[in-house]
Amino acid sequence: MEGLAVHGLHVAFGDREVLRGVELTVEMGSFVGLVGESGSGKSLTALTTLGLLPRGARVVGGSIFLDDEEIVGPGRDGTADVRGSGIAMIFQSPLAALNPLMRVGRQLERVLRRKGRTGKVEQRCIELFGAVGFQDPEQVVRLYPHELSGGMCQRVMIAMGIASEPRVLLADEPTSSLDVTVQADILDLLEELKARTGMGMLLISHDLSVVAERCSSISVMWQGSVVESGPTSDVLGSPRHPFTRQLVRDLSDESLAAQATHSDVTIVLNEASS
Amino acid sequence: MTALTGLGIDATQGGKPARPTASKAGRMAPVLHELRQHPNLAVGGTLLIVVTAIAIVGHIAPPHNPLAINPNDMTLAPSAAHWFGTDEYGRDVLSRVVYGLGIDLLIGAIVAGLALMIGSAFGLVTGYIGGWFDDIVMRVVDIVMSFPSFLLALTICVVLGNNARNVVIAVTIAYVPYMLRLTRSSVLTARSADYVLGARAVGASRGRVMALHVLPNAVGPTLVQATLMVGWAIFDVSGLSFLGVGIQPPSPELGVQVADGASYITSGQWWDSVFPGIAIVLTVLAVNFLGDYADEKLRGQRA
Amino acid sequence: MSTLIEVRDLRRNFRRGNEMLHAVDGVDLAVTEGEAVGIIGESGSGKSTLARLITRLDRPTAGSVHFRGQDVTVLSDRKLRWFRRQVQPVFQDPLASLNPRWNVRRLIAEPLRIFREPEIDRRLAEVLDDVGLHDDLLARRPRDLSGGERQRVAIARAIVLRPAVLVLDEPTASVDMSMRHSLLALLARLQAEHDLTYLYISHDIRTVEQTCNRTVVMYRGRLVEQGPTLEVLRTPQHVYTEVLMSAVPQVGQGTGTRNRLRARSESTVARSASGCVFLERCPQSQPECADSPPIVEVSPGHIAVCMLAGHLGKGVDES
Repeated sequence: MEGLAVHGLHVAFGDREVLRGVELTVEMGSFVGLVGESGSGKSLTALTTLGLLPRGARVVGGSIFLDDEEIVGPGRDGTADVRGSGIAMIFQSPLAALNPLMRVGRQLERVLRRKGRTGKVEQRCIELFGAVGFQDPEQVVRLYPHELSGGMCQRVMIAMGIASEPRVLLADEPTSSLDVTVQADILDLLEELKARTGMGMLLISHDLSVVAERCSSISVMWQGSVVESGPTSDVLGSPRHPFTRQLVRDLSDESLAAQATHSDVTIVLNEASS
Repeated sequence: MTALTGLGIDATQGGKPARPTASKAGRMAPVLHELRQHPNLAVGGTLLIVVTAIAIVGHIAPPHNPLAINPNDMTLAPSAAHWFGTDEYGRDVLSRVVYGLGIDLLIGAIVAGLALMIGSAFGLVTGYIGGWFDDIVMRVVDIVMSFPSFLLALTICVVLGNNARNVVIAVTIAYVPYMLRLTRSSVLTARSADYVLGARAVGASRGRVMALHVLPNAVGPTLVQATLMVGWAIFDVSGLSFLGVGIQPPSPELGVQVADGASYITSGQWWDSVFPGIAIVLTVLAVNFLGDYADEKLRGQRA
Repeated sequence: MSTLIEVRDLRRNFRRGNEMLHAVDGVDLAVTEGEAVGIIGESGSGKSTLARLITRLDRPTAGSVHFRGQDVTVLSDRKLRWFRRQVQPVFQDPLASLNPRWNVRRLIAEPLRIFREPEIDRRLAEVLDDVGLHDDLLARRPRDLSGGERQRVAIARAIVLRPAVLVLDEPTASVDMSMRHSLLALLARLQAEHDLTYLYISHDIRTVEQTCNRTVVMYRGRLVEQGPTLEVLRTPQHVYTEVLMSAVPQVGQGTGTRNRLRARSESTVARSASGCVFLERCPQSQPECADSPPIVEVSPGHIAVCMLAGHLGKGVDES
């Protein structure tokens, strides 16, 4: 299977289990959504994939595979090589993740060099910035993070994420702190990149509408495990788990009314009998 | 990383429970737990208690009279009769050290206390009022702070005269600007907090806001600094006395003792200077540990 | 129904380095008794600044705010006391807007103390009941409460003096999604039970849609459109509103088939003083937009400040 597969992942903090048998797959070329409340373990799952477990947490069961090769298992918390060459991740607050004292071009260069790239990295930086939608990448390269807007910072982060040409990109609430129009632009960008490079994409969000709009399949997490997953239309149309039902109910209350006139698609939600 | 903050898991604490489990020891359990979690508190607290206890005992009932000159027993090495030996006047060094500890602790506390009161009063007012008053005060502060504090205190002592009262004045003057700035910046932070806006919104007057909302929340870092300041004050006062511009002999102040004994070190009589020196170091260390602990607690509260 | 709040040509400028930021750039607004008016806009729209000006937590650079016919812009703090009883803000982050050292009882009782209200305990019990909080929360501090409980405490404090108007700035932003519904339901109930008027500021269009009967759209300090909520959101008459609405995620199948109206990317050119505020980014700008755009009343109560007002939503070409 080409892509990321998480099977039966158990992670514990001391003696408290925080991830209980998480099952998740992100195939190459797919756009998978992961929803859940804060504390449900969605961010932790993504971090575990990269071997970025917080101090005191450890994998106590299950495995994670990338292209059928096991990268995380009990005792193996993920090697540093996998990070960035197979899987990349972008986070919620790009301004916090960028070094405020260094021009963004240079930060991207450092990422490239760390991934083993030698030679003309400046040119590659400009290419990457162009690929993430900057109209004038040669100018942007010289800017500092505080000179960029939230959306632009997130584009920089995305450039840093795709610099290593990952197989799978994990996006943890990439748009939660952004305005709605900027959010749409960034999500458009992610879709476009996915289409161009064929990488798998995991979109983590607490907002079901964002995920439901873009993702072909959805997994719902609740209290440390995936309680429901499947194609988007199935999960929305006939949710089985009570938490999913609640999410879908909230969604249908809100979004049905807010349809702009030039949207091509309308849906009718089938509420399963509760 | 920001990604971790949404997990609802206290990742930095590595899974320790928020409260110690209930135990039969009852009241003692939380205290013991705190001591175990914060070695700063354990070490600093113990040290300070020991030092203070010694100082109190040393003031009330020193083994020998710290001022009594005893021509027969001059410059004796440490022995069973005189644990720390005697100095060139035959005075028991142990008695002098424990007595002097009391003096230094007291002076340190006075200086820190005065600097705290004066500095934070001005800092509170100027931080809240702002405007031209603030500008003037801050320029004065800048001028005073451009002198190294020790040299400033030294100069003041030379001008005013060398005695205990003046050294207290001098060091206090050197410290007030720090406290003022610290209080002022806390006030500025608190002033822009939303809860100040919230209080104004429900009709609180400026004075009420300042007293009830800004001051209590601004005072924390200042108190931490004040505890540390006791230690620095002891350092500075004993340093000035060592140089001869502060407290004068025959007072058994620790700095004076170190000065007295300094000339004898090369001829082998080390106990005269070393013991008072150790006493100074231990005291300042104790205060610093406690200051670190207070700082930890404050950060924990604010996070 | 009478006009409670009237805002006339309100302006607030901030100096940022060498430039002047026009946070609120000439806003006219009227709020009638019993309404729930939603103010939507993205970051930089000036909606939060407008809220602070209306609640007199900030002084405008120019223009005026009138409450029950009286100009409150020029009043001193002491004279404002009656105003403060009537118009109360509810802030976005209760953790920041409630003094962290005080317990719930002290926080909610403070307004009562300031205004020397009698029978504090009884009023406290009433208000807690109103917002659905149990009285054993009184001894706790904001830090020890959940996000939803904290916001309820903030609301309790705001209504304890029986105000006429609540100005809510993103009240559900710091609250979990699962709690949002109950919080909005609470606000709706309080409005009905106590004849409150709401000014609801949010970047979350969906919640505004659920709670407000009238909506105002702001962009860069100016009002671009206002009117009955469903009309403004479903049939926007200003290009910016259309851009905004088309960016709201819509549940659909086949994600690639949606046509979104996109704004042009930001440029660093400073905005000209005349002309439409949205000119530089408008995907459908006309040459005439460089002059003052007209204020068009598309239907009763629905106003848009756009050249294309009245012609949108009828198959307009997307450039």
